[in-house]
Amino acid sequence: MKNLNSVFEAYLIGWGVFFLFYVSIAKRTSDLRAEVERLKNALPRGK
Amino acid sequence: MGKRIVLGAVAILLVIAAAYASFYVAPEERTMGVLQRIFYFHVASAWAGMDAFLLCFIANLLYVWKRDQKYDWLGVSSAEVGLVLTTVVLITGPIWAKPAWGIYWTWDARLTSTFVLWLLYVSYLLLRTLIEEPERRALLSALFGIFAFIDVPLVFFSIRWWRTQHPAPVIMGGPGSGLDPTMNKVFLFSVLAMHVLAAFLIVERYMLEKMRSEVDTLRREAEAQ
Repeated sequence: MKNLNSVFEAYLIGWGVFFLFYVSIAKRTSDLRAEVERLKNALPRGK
Repeated sequence: MGKRIVLGAVAILLVIAAAYASFYVAPEERTMGVLQRIFYFHVASAWAGMDAFLLCFIANLLYVWKRDQKYDWLGVSSAEVGLVLTTVVLITGPIWAKPAWGIYWTWDARLTSTFVLWLLYVSYLLLRTLIEEPERRALLSALFGIFAFIDVPLVFFSIRWWRTQHPAPVIMGGPGSGLDPTMNKVFLFSVLAMHVLAAFLIVERYMLEKMRSEVDTLRREAEAQ
């Protein structure tokens, strides 16, 4: 089927961009969660 | 957390169902054939992106008015998601254009105004990285975001005001425009799926921004001691 490759390319790259963005949010969230724990432990009150 | 997981699962299911409908339910278009199926993904992403920028604009206005940091979090979250959706539009458009027009890109009104929109929101996010003080950062980026939104109606109306390489609108395009009824249903379903996906990503990004604010507060407390 003519141009089917272009259609798959568009959908796969599009989904790839969304997936990578979600992974970047998850990674940043995980880093911040670790930082919150570190800071809470560093504070003497143990907030 | 439970509601966020449900929203994510619904978004994934809707996006999969929309892709299925685009390939197996929508009829094949007469002139472009299978290539036209990119339309359901490309235009749905564009509409969701513009709505994310509209949400950013509203959040920016509310921040300037009320100075509540929640609106700043919402502004940056929707700007980032809008930028991701516009990136998808700028990638899938040229993939569609090459076999259809014989070229990947041309500087016509729609393509240029969309590229300018992308640059404006990249600048919005870069501006935020340059300002340390949270309240000053929120205010300046809100003002810039209000200015950046001016390009959204320009993108929307560009194919109505000027006749260039990009096709004239088939939805809300006036007399002579319109889609086959099945194509129209698949398109509207794709738009719904992309909006639910955008909502899920905005919620996730918002929670990240909220946590970043918590880290800033804890850092200031740690530094004060």
